[in-house]
Parts: sequence; C-alpha cells; structure tokens
Amino acid sequence: MMLKIRNIESGYGKLRVLKRISMHVDSGEIVTIIGANGAGKTTLLYTIAGMIKSSAGDITLLDMPINKVKPEKIVAQGCSLVPEGRQVFATMSVKENLILGGYVRNKRKNYQQRQELDEIYSIFPVLKERENQLAGTLSGGEQQMLAMGRALMAKPKLIMLDEPSTGLAPLIVKNIFKIIIKLRDAGNTVLLVEQNAKAALGIADRGYVLETGKIILQGPAEDLLVNRDVQRAYLGRDVDTDGATCDVV
Amino acid sequence: MRQYFSLGFLLALVVLVQLITQWTDTAFYLTQLTMSAYYSLLIIGLCTIMGYAGQISLGHAGFFAIGGYLSAGLTTHNLAPFADNAFASMLNKAGLLVASQDLYGDPLLTLHPWAACFIAVSTALLIALALGGPVLKLKGHYLAMATLGFGIIIYRIAMATPYFGEADGLSGVPSFTLLPGVTVSGDFGARTSNYYIAWGAVLIGMLLLTNLVNSRMGRALRAIHGSEEAAQAMGVDTARAKLLTFVLSAGYAALAGVLLTHYNGSIGPSEAGIMKSVRYVAIVAIGGMAHLWGALIMGTLLNFMSLRGLFGSYDDAVFGCILIVIMLFAPEGILRLHLWQRFKKDKAKT
Repeated sequence: MMLKIRNIESGYGKLRVLKRISMHVDSGEIVTIIGANGAGKTTLLYTIAGMIKSSAGDITLLDMPINKVKPEKIVAQGCSLVPEGRQVFATMSVKENLILGGYVRNKRKNYQQRQELDEIYSIFPVLKERENQLAGTLSGGEQQMLAMGRALMAKPKLIMLDEPSTGLAPLIVKNIFKIIIKLRDAGNTVLLVEQNAKAALGIADRGYVLETGKIILQGPAEDLLVNRDVQRAYLGRDVDTDGATCDVV
Repeated sequence: MRQYFSLGFLLALVVLVQLITQWTDTAFYLTQLTMSAYYSLLIIGLCTIMGYAGQISLGHAGFFAIGGYLSAGLTTHNLAPFADNAFASMLNKAGLLVASQDLYGDPLLTLHPWAACFIAVSTALLIALALGGPVLKLKGHYLAMATLGFGIIIYRIAMATPYFGEADGLSGVPSFTLLPGVTVSGDFGARTSNYYIAWGAVLIGMLLLTNLVNSRMGRALRAIHGSEEAAQAMGVDTARAKLLTFVLSAGYAALAGVLLTHYNGSIGPSEAGIMKSVRYVAIVAIGGMAHLWGALIMGTLLNFMSLRGLFGSYDDAVFGCILIVIMLFAPEGILRLHLWQRFKKDKAKT
C-alpha cells in the first residue's frame, strides 16, 4: 500500500482542522479528495508532506511511518507535493525550477541532470521551449506544468496535487488532467485534491469526500459521481434516481 | 566558470587602480579604498542572506561590532600585572601573548591578534547561531524588527560597558600580522600593502560566495526567497539553509570588523549604530538584492564617497534618500535598470 492514514488529527495551533481522518492510496491509482473551501483538503496534504505536524494518528508511506519525519526527508522517501497556486519560483528560469525540483537527488554522484530534465521535457514539451525563460513570465497553464514537472524531478512514488485546476481555462484544465492520467499510466501514484469535483472524479479511480475535517463519503469514483449527496453538494444538480452505491462512513 | 573571469577582472582592476594612484600621486585615496573594501566584505556577506535567501537583517552592524570590539578589547587589555597568573602564563607558553611597551615605556603583555581574531569571529558565529535559530522563524517585517532589536542591544552594550570604552570606544589597537610580512596596520608606509590585503580578503570572500550562490545551496536560497513553502515541498531544509547562511554572513561581518579595527587602530560605538545597519541594507538593495557583484560595486562606491566626506554631515540622510529613490525608480537595483537591460539586448543582437 502506497499511503495509509489512520485516525489523523491535525491543525494550526489550537485549531483542529482534521478530525480523525482515515484513508489510503494503493500503488498505481489516482485517488481524489473533493470538498468545499475550508474542508481541510490542503491541511491534509500539508500534514502528509510533513509541513504541519499531526497531533494524533499514524501516516505510513510504503509501510514506513512518516508522521514525525521532516518534510525534506519525506520528499527523499518518495512523496512530492505540487502546492496550491503552483508557487513556481518566479525569479528563476524554468530550467532552474526543474533542477531545484531534483534537490534531494542531485547530490548523488551519478546524477544525470540533462537526462532527468529531458524526461520531464518529454512529458511537457512546452517547458523545453521555455527552458531559459523566467518562471514568472509563463502562463498559468505552463506554470502548472512547471510545478508538476518540478515535483516529478524528485522521482516521487506518490505525487500529491493541490488544486491543479485553480485559475485555469477549462481547455487547459482538460489538458492538465490528461497529463495526470498519463502519469498514472506510466506507473505513478497520484493523490489529487480538487474543488472541481466533476473533473476530478472523472479521472480518478477512487474518491473521498471531505467536509469540515471529516471524511463523509468514500468509494469508487464512478459511484461517487452518481451519488445523490455528491451531485447535490458538489456537482450542482439534483437527481431523482437513487444512485447511492458507496459506503457512507 | 563566468565568475572566475569576473574575479580576474576585479583583480586586474584592483591592481590598475593602485598603479593609477601611484602615477598620479594620489595614493591617499588608497586609505578610503581599503576601508571600503572591509565594509564591502560585510556587504557581500549580507547580500547572501538578504539578497539571495530574502531574510532581511538590520543587525549586521552588531556582528561587525562584536568582531571589532572583541578583537580590540582582547589585544589592548594589558595582561602584564597578571603575568604570574596560571592561566596567563599558560597562554604565554602557548605563544599566544605578545610583549611590548606602551608610550611611556611600561611593559605591555597582550593577546596575540590571531588568538583575539579567532575568539572574536567564533563568538560572533556562536551568537549568530543562537540568535538565528529562533529569529529566522520570523518573516518579513517581524524578522527585520527582531534583528533591529539585536543591533540596538549590541550598540547599547558598546555604549555602556567601561571595558569597551563607553562612548569613546577603544583605541591603540595594535597592528595584526596575518603572515610574516603581511600586516594589517594603519601605518603610513603600509598603505599600499594594506590596500592589497583588504582587496585580497574581498577577492577570497567573493570567490567563496560566488561559488556558494551558483551551487545547489545557492539555488535553494533563491527558492526560499521565492516561496519558503514551495522550497520546503521540494525537499529543501529551509530552516537549516537560512541558519547556515545567516551564520556565514555574520562571520563575514565579524571578520570585516576585526580587520578594519586593526587597520584603523580603533573602534567606536558608531560602528555598532543602527544607521550603519540601515546603510548596509540600503547598499544591498541598491546593488540589486540577489546580485553579489552589484552589492560589491555599490558597497565600494558609496562607502568610498561617504568616507571621502562627499556627503558631508548629511551622510545618513543621503543614504536614506538613495534608498527611497532606488525603491521608487529601480527596485531591482541600479545595475538592473531597464536602460542597461536594453543596452545589453542591443549588444546581443548586433
């Protein structure tokens, strides 16, 4: 099992955001976490990435406990985060951004930087064209690709994407999501956090619905798509057929 | 590779300036150029933590003063009355004490400048380490305020401690023989050699820092400047990188303080003053923040003008005005003005 979370609690100072959350991600699947603003999606990713310390519960990455591990060690262990709002390093070139993505790996002697870069460029050809351009001058979609490419430079086993569709045109979102499927098909495991529930469930294998720090629904993505509560709350339509086939937690 | 050409060019320029002053019989300029070099040493150190890592420090005059004052205090403190003391005789046997005579022919027994320098710089490093741990968790204005507070504490200690001469500072600081034949001193005859010592120190300092900023670590620092969270998500140990750079820059400041104090033969509390720290920060900004060469050029130029007395008694006001003008019209530094960029592009086309 790639990632396993059991009864995790986490938050900021005295504010408890996540209330005993349990979930798991199997190797080679796309798992999505959907939920409204303030549900705790980003907090959950930050807790997994070690940037916020959990106050209770266990997190294991490939059966290794990581809830007390520092963020840089977690990256080295194979779990990378593409942060919300992309957060590319605006004053550095596209290439430098990518090189920085391989930060935990390029201290090794046999590190083939050129080869690693070319691998990323083959997934995102547009980055090759923009190689020496400053990241701050890229369009939103290109920045998202750069942020993903940068995370992939760490050769993660699990890549966590925080709201990759934010602020992008629908056509670009489609493109990004196609790439996410490609990544999965290439053997990566993806944990996708999205507000755009329809698009996320459309490509995911399984999904979790997060509401005010608790998981209220979980199941295969196609089941969640037709679930009445999900449709009403997140997909903006009402249905009269009862499609609820997923477990209500 | 490029930085070695730049460093070679700097070396050539340093020699050229010295030769010009020799031919034109204006060697008196070398005195201020030597002092500017030491201030520039501090400024390039500050440039790495402030310009590259984006962590503003208004306390670097404090580190400069720690280096200068400790070295001055230790090398002027007469140990002759305590010569029988077990500790003092142990130091003497280890060759760490220097015997000489004061103005009136009384015996003087003082700590060797190398030992004093070592103590001064390592004290500054330790203080930076202890201060940096908690303070670098702060961001932006809060970090500036905290380092400002540190600067004020050092200034007040310098002003109020009899050992450090209170408002008069310390004088009679002996010369500092780095190697046989290489002596930091303000003697008239040693003007040219001290000019080369000072610029040699700057060259070595630049060599280390240009390598640092072009390395994996340098990229990490710029990433921290851009977004600390994202840098962390990339696997950069941001706390460690910031702390190491802070300590390194404090070391540069302390070393500059030690050398300039031995050169001047004295140090006063104004070196620890807040306006000094503000000036250093202003120069890094004028130089273009993440731009070591800009910081070096501006640091040398503005300090030279200030030391030559070009700004008269409006010294601090001039630096304040320069900072305002730069922030308004060239927030990326004078050397990165769009005019220059256009010039560069035109040149690239032809």
